[in-house]
Amino acid sequence: MGSAILKIRNLYAGYKDGGWVLKGINLDIYKNKITAIMGPSGCGKSTFIRCINRMHEVVDGARIRGEIYLDDRSIFGMHPIIVRRKIGMVFQRPNPFPTMSIYDNVIAGYILNGIKLKREEKDHIVEDALKKVFLWDEVKDKLHVKGTFLSGGQQQRLCIARSLAMGPEVLLLDEPTSALDPKATRVIEDLLEELKKDFTIIIVTHNASQAARISDYTAFFYLGELVEYEETERIFTVPKHPKTQEYLSGKFG
Amino acid sequence: MNSIKQKILKDRLFEIAIIFFTALSVLPLILILFQVVKNGIGAINLEFFTHLPLPPGEKGGGILNAIVGSFELVFIASIFAIPLGVLIGVFLAEYKNKLTDFLTVLVDVLQSTPSIVIGIIAYLWVVVPLRRFSALSGSVALAIMMLPLIIKHTKETLKMVPSTLKEASYALGANYTSTLLKVLLPSALGGILTGILLSISRVFGETAPLLFTAFGNPFFNINPLKSVESLPLLIFKYALSPYDDWHRIAWGASLVLILIVLSLNILVKLIIEKWEARF
Repeated sequence: MGSAILKIRNLYAGYKDGGWVLKGINLDIYKNKITAIMGPSGCGKSTFIRCINRMHEVVDGARIRGEIYLDDRSIFGMHPIIVRRKIGMVFQRPNPFPTMSIYDNVIAGYILNGIKLKREEKDHIVEDALKKVFLWDEVKDKLHVKGTFLSGGQQQRLCIARSLAMGPEVLLLDEPTSALDPKATRVIEDLLEELKKDFTIIIVTHNASQAARISDYTAFFYLGELVEYEETERIFTVPKHPKTQEYLSGKFG
Repeated sequence: MNSIKQKILKDRLFEIAIIFFTALSVLPLILILFQVVKNGIGAINLEFFTHLPLPPGEKGGGILNAIVGSFELVFIASIFAIPLGVLIGVFLAEYKNKLTDFLTVLVDVLQSTPSIVIGIIAYLWVVVPLRRFSALSGSVALAIMMLPLIIKHTKETLKMVPSTLKEASYALGANYTSTLLKVLLPSALGGILTGILLSISRVFGETAPLLFTAFGNPFFNINPLKSVESLPLLIFKYALSPYDDWHRIAWGASLVLILIVLSLNILVKLIIEKWEARF
């Protein structure tokens, strides 16, 4: 096992009404690996990764307890803005900013935070980020076209580029391919394989075969609890917990 | 087979009925336009736009004072109503509590308040303390009338902006202010502009609230603290006068007013087509 970049300790999270959606999660996320979070709908997997970049707190009445350490520093001791710059996030549906060009979408993080950059710095960041997501060759001639004119798969890669442009250490992806066709899905999966050289990736998926295809580690969540966390090969060949077995054999989900 | 034929026949009849009633309801509109153009076009020439009205009996003269006055009234009203309306719209779209529920009801009430009543309010608020009729007081009345439309359009369009954009902005470390100014408002710009233009085109033709605020003025004036003429006021006065020359001018002014309002509405259509953000 590699070194843990994120340590989640005894994490509880919930919303305004009702009990805890996450109940005492303990988990280490390893550097430069892809960790898949899988489980049936409503098991808390989205809530879980939204806790990691403190997006959970944005929801009105959200509650959270426990600790999350990034490089051994508590993220709750850092400013949320810093946390979100170090831990980027990509959402279920591609959401490029509709009023911004492709170019501006990539550097949106800088624009929104009021960080002034020189022309060359911007050009460099845009080219670098778009190359990382294999989008550069497809859009280099139309960087000033609105981002929403791209196809769904291209838009999602643009959103990944937008996160990468901020230079994060960890990239969170919340079912990034669920709104895409199989071909675009494949491109994103190949891309993640490339990206883990530079970043630590956590991907939420309710598609077990996707977890098996791309991840190094897999965590299985059920009803807000972490049932099993193992190397992906092991969890898919010899699952220890009966619930995991049932889920993987398609008994529920 | 027979029943299919019957269905087709029914379909046809219904189609004909729809077309007939649509034509019937559009007919008055076309007649109004036709009448105004027919009677107004003769009055319009360059002098009509560049000169002041002449006393009854003298040939020629124009409505420069009313055109300038109308634009001034609406301009000052916009300075009040646009920032305030957009801010209230943002507040109503972003928050949900007892205060916003109450405000929403107030906005509805304000929208259905008769314009003459709003005129009286502006009279009390501005004319009485300043002890004179003024463009300013007329603008206050018009601004109050513009508010509901701007507020509602801002609120509704902001609510249509997908929450995923807000999340994307937060996830990049942006705070609320820059998310609002750089993501939400630009995305809703098309709808907000539509509301602003609709409200302008609505108050452009208002007469009642100006009767005892802007009051009217046969002379050229741009001082906001003095009374000004406006197109609807001028039409009202000239149409009621016993002079044929003045009737002609009233028709001409009506045509100008209709053309201005029509172009504003066409502008709105263009904005909706070209500028609405695609999500």
